[in-house]
Amino acid sequence: MNATPNSMQESPEKSASTPHAGGKCAVQIQNLSFNYGSSEALKNITLDLERNGVTAFIGPSGCGKSTLLRCINRMNDEIVGARVTKGKIIVEDIDIHDPSVDVVKLRRDVGMVFQKSNPFPRSIFENVAFGLRMRGIRNKAVIEQSVEESLRAAALWDEVKDRLNESALGLSGGQQQRLCIARTIAVKPLVVLMDEPCSALDPIATAKVEELIWSLKKDYTFVVVTHNMHQASRVSDKTAFFYMGEMIEFGETTKMFTNPSVKRTEDYISGRFG
Amino acid sequence: MFNPENLIRKGLPKGYFKDMFVRGLLGGITYLMVLIAVLLFGKIIIDGAPAIFTSKFPFVDIEFLTAKNETLHVFDDAKGARHQLPASKYNEYITAHAGQQIYNEQTFSYSGGGIAGPIVGTALLTCGSIILALFFGVCAAIYLAEYAKQSPFIHAVRLAILNLAGIPSIVFGLFGFSVFVLAAPVITATPVDRSLLVIPFFIEGWALSFQGWNSSLMAGCATLACMILPVVITASEESLRAVPQGFRDASLAMGGTRWQTIRKCVLPYSLPGILTSSLLAITRVAGETAPIMFTAAVAAKDDFPWEGLANPFDILSSQVQALPYHIYTLAARIPSSEYTQRAQFGSVLVFLILVAVLSFGSMLLRAKMRKKLKW
Repeated sequence: MNATPNSMQESPEKSASTPHAGGKCAVQIQNLSFNYGSSEALKNITLDLERNGVTAFIGPSGCGKSTLLRCINRMNDEIVGARVTKGKIIVEDIDIHDPSVDVVKLRRDVGMVFQKSNPFPRSIFENVAFGLRMRGIRNKAVIEQSVEESLRAAALWDEVKDRLNESALGLSGGQQQRLCIARTIAVKPLVVLMDEPCSALDPIATAKVEELIWSLKKDYTFVVVTHNMHQASRVSDKTAFFYMGEMIEFGETTKMFTNPSVKRTEDYISGRFG
Repeated sequence: MFNPENLIRKGLPKGYFKDMFVRGLLGGITYLMVLIAVLLFGKIIIDGAPAIFTSKFPFVDIEFLTAKNETLHVFDDAKGARHQLPASKYNEYITAHAGQQIYNEQTFSYSGGGIAGPIVGTALLTCGSIILALFFGVCAAIYLAEYAKQSPFIHAVRLAILNLAGIPSIVFGLFGFSVFVLAAPVITATPVDRSLLVIPFFIEGWALSFQGWNSSLMAGCATLACMILPVVITASEESLRAVPQGFRDASLAMGGTRWQTIRKCVLPYSLPGILTSSLLAITRVAGETAPIMFTAAVAAKDDFPWEGLANPFDILSSQVQALPYHIYTLAARIPSSEYTQRAQFGSVLVFLILVAVLSFGSMLLRAKMRKKLKW
């Protein structure tokens, strides 16, 4: 565990500007199949996620998009009976299912924002500082600076700077979700996974989160699961369409939404089924 | 006019009397319980109040609560005045009035002085067993709720723990007697003959001997802790599960280890629930007689547990008095008379007040914690 302040200053570089070994792709999913117990949730998925890009996963409920998202930082390990049956996921040139990979370290590089905003019942400051403290960073100045940076990056600083010590539960739904994003990026991950981040938010809060994704993508790689077609078209560079555990189509968002190559994608996007 | 659709009828509806009867019956049964409670508490309060309440400031008989338990001597002096004195004061009286004749002397065991010994003993037993039960119980609950995979085996383990809760307390008493009193390991230089197993150490003269802790505070606490462990484990597990999964997910997704997640995101929010349910367990521990009968309690003891000890840790191996056992002794072993009533009903009242305060405290604490913890 890197507990020194130095490591904190190195990591943004790592995520932003240094050339990576993995070429253009931050995450490579290769022939991935995944089971919950005996039912197959994902079938033979192959997908490359570009670095500093936003990839949207769309598809009807139960199509496996959230499952795939949770595979990328192995949150599915928490679920009894869930396992990868075939294929692999490579994050920054490391096979994440390799026995030598520490899942805790993987999740430090692959952060996640959940559908339901889940701030801890602590102060706003402590929420953002949580990940840093967990990493053993004790230096107060470093933590304060990092909290401010993260809250600024999440476009929340101006709204909460006067009440950092108040409970995070006093924030509105949209602010809570942006706080969760701030909390996630405070620990400088490489990839940020978002599982329907706006499903509980009103249109204004949704617009703010989308803006946020757009402005942060120069530093992070985003994967966004969404049920909102418009959101996918607004926010993403590439879109993957899933249906019944299979990836039907994957490509540039503009092309996908104007001229999808598969009939089923077109049907789904235009709302004919789903 | 014939109007079958007319729903608003005059007169009593069909089944009115039956309904009133059922209502009256159920209500009557409910209030019967209240009557029982009122009679029970009323009798104890009326008979016990003179023992612990006084008409003068501070309105509580401090001596009854702080004096040691002694034998009560009742006698008439030469002038015909009746005296009731505990043993120590009786001896003083006899020395002071040497040569004077006393008449009609009667003695009543355990009935003189106060009940400081049993109060202290119960407090020690309760504290010790709660600390033990909380430590082991919370550890087990964390394992069951956070670490263990939900397999059939774990379900069986949980069932076994739940079953422990249904075992009668006297069985726990016998278990404690056979395990903690007679067979638990001690490190000693002088193993007794009946020791089950003696494992000598390399250090000359010392050995690990499975000879038990004898009847002692330590054995009593361990037995009581065993008895409330299932309650503590079950309640703690529920409190842990009540913490939203989102907290765990968030912490894990930020790269927290499981232990960090539990320590920072789960335990702090479940602690109020764990503590309040444990407070309920305290009332049970404080009230049990059977588990301590063979393992820790004595009917009479001249010293407080901490008096006359070579080192402070010896308190763990000293026997104690305890309120419930004291009440049992007073009720079962001495004939009741006007002179013993003070001790008998006074002890019961003090005991009831203690338990009531603890229960009420736990309810208040729970209400307060619930209000504070919301998400």
